[in-house]
Amino acid sequence: MDLRYHHLLSIALLLAGCTGRAPGGGAGAGGSSRETVTVKGSDTMILLGQRLAEDFMKAHPELTVQVTGGGSGTGIAALINGTTDIANASRPMKESERLQVQKRRGLQVVQTPVALDGIAIFVHESSPVRELSIPQLKRIYLGEVSNWRELGGPDLPMVLYGRENSSGTYAYFKERVLDEEDFAPEMQTLPGTAAVVNAVSQDRKAIGFGGIAFGRGIRDVAVKADDAAEPVLPTEDNVVSGRYPISRPLFMYTAGEPTGDVKSFIDYALSPVGQQVAAKVGYYPLPRPASATGDDRLDSLPDAGPAPTQDAPAEVHQP
Amino acid sequence: MDHSGLGPPTPSQPGPPVGLAAPLRPVSRATAGRKRVDAIAKWVIAAVAFSAIAAVVLIFAFVVREALPLFFSPEVREEVTPESMLFAQAWKEGSVPSYSWQPVSVVPKYSLAPLLVGTFKVTLIALLFAVPLAVLAAVYSAEFAPRKVREVLKPAIELLAGVPSVVLGFFALIVLATFLQNVFGFTYRLNGVVAGMALGLAIIPVVYTVSEDALVAVPRSYREAALALGASRARTAWSVVLPAASPGIFAAIVLGFGRAMGETMIVLMASGNAAVLSWNLTSSVRTIPATIAAEMGEVVVGGAHWSVLFFLGALLFAVTLTFNTVGSWYVARVRRKLGGMTE
Repeated sequence: MDLRYHHLLSIALLLAGCTGRAPGGGAGAGGSSRETVTVKGSDTMILLGQRLAEDFMKAHPELTVQVTGGGSGTGIAALINGTTDIANASRPMKESERLQVQKRRGLQVVQTPVALDGIAIFVHESSPVRELSIPQLKRIYLGEVSNWRELGGPDLPMVLYGRENSSGTYAYFKERVLDEEDFAPEMQTLPGTAAVVNAVSQDRKAIGFGGIAFGRGIRDVAVKADDAAEPVLPTEDNVVSGRYPISRPLFMYTAGEPTGDVKSFIDYALSPVGQQVAAKVGYYPLPRPASATGDDRLDSLPDAGPAPTQDAPAEVHQP
Repeated sequence: MDHSGLGPPTPSQPGPPVGLAAPLRPVSRATAGRKRVDAIAKWVIAAVAFSAIAAVVLIFAFVVREALPLFFSPEVREEVTPESMLFAQAWKEGSVPSYSWQPVSVVPKYSLAPLLVGTFKVTLIALLFAVPLAVLAAVYSAEFAPRKVREVLKPAIELLAGVPSVVLGFFALIVLATFLQNVFGFTYRLNGVVAGMALGLAIIPVVYTVSEDALVAVPRSYREAALALGASRARTAWSVVLPAASPGIFAAIVLGFGRAMGETMIVLMASGNAAVLSWNLTSSVRTIPATIAAEMGEVVVGGAHWSVLFFLGALLFAVTLTFNTVGSWYVARVRRKLGGMTE
């Protein structure tokens, strides 16, 4: 009988010890130790982030840079929670997310473009389809095209591959190509562009999209901005000049102006050496304007997100 | 009965009452000390044991707490309510009501139907694949195999339980999907059948072990009686032993079902993750655990999507807990019943 009281007492003590929510958001402006720079977010940028981190750590042996993926959304959520110094994102931050950072961490978001990326459209090597227009891509990914025949291809059902909804690539493609309409429910969602490429390379009926850096073993499709335009392949010239219609800057976001080690890392990414790393990994370096003023640079980038003059309080980091 | 000083000794207790507070009969200091240590030790061990249960309760409580805004918060309810998750909704003004899972969208859509159907389909395929294999393996192992073979077979099948689910998922994605595509020519390379088969591989050990225990627990007298009446071994196994062990085999299936429902990595990698509402087994599926795993990373803390994912988690937790509890209870009952018979 009394033993039962003991049991109840033990359980009550355990439960009492677990009341309340742990303080969300971690420490104030810091979040992580000064010696480790944490970078989280975009899976598209993970190769770039890791390569930059390796080279940076070789140059600065006393510092550690920790790079993880999970999707642009994950990185931004971590920035809001204060569990990362830098959020890698392959899409611009939404207004609601900027407000969240302001609310939770009391700091303005600083947006730094670090490289350019194109979203390539992949089809199987054997596919005869060489070019597609953006309106066609929209119809395909809305699920309105059920057979390759309709596009001049073989008589095979169309199978769509894409990314999970936590991905910046997903969000950017939805915004740029689908005009914010929903993807077809039949689209197979895979956890990374590498998985998409792997799937497309094994399936003759497949079409997929993803960052250019991963395109090996499959055929890139030349994209036309609309039915009348010239088809453009996702090569370096085309992406940097803005001719390739589905290209975007890759961002590193920080809460507040980057300082200390975080600033060193971002400066490294923007330096000529860092930009070379971007090129080696398969992305494209930022365009170098003839006169390097901040506004010119911003305007020359495709889809760079809200401009500083609008009410969205974004600043662009000047190298 | 024991007392350790909380309250006076009860008068209904026979014999000298033992206690630290106001003993009715003096006890030696040494005895009192030993009894105190005894009592404290019992407390500590009981607390530790109950902390395991407390962990389960706390996990469930935390998950449910994060899902509560679905029921109580006006901002969240503007975007999604449990009713909108269950019934077909007209997502745009004047459009036909449909079931759609598109949480990241201008108009977020949170229908549970595609996820529930997907989870059910994949679990069903897993059971259809695994149960015949595992039960027949158990029958062979319990009834026909020579002891030496059985001693190798049982650990070998249980070795399958040691394969990490991510490895099974990877195997399904790279090898199994291509193989099935070549043999059957499915439209979708990653579909419910691929994921279901890989899931079946994951639950074979569970179903096998419990079935085999149930078969072995059937008393020898049953078999001896059947053989004495002229039945062959196969006939005995099929008509006598298997029916006698059927409660245990049912329990094995229930445990397998619980395991298959909650398995995440395999379905995340091999099922295509397309939230399609269809009873066609060869279409891609999106299951509840894969949804939680794939989407949790992006979600903003405390929003509608966050609450929905926790609601899914609580649902999954409740269902698998129920199945596993029922299965385990049944297994225990079967063991008790057959173990106690001595005829």
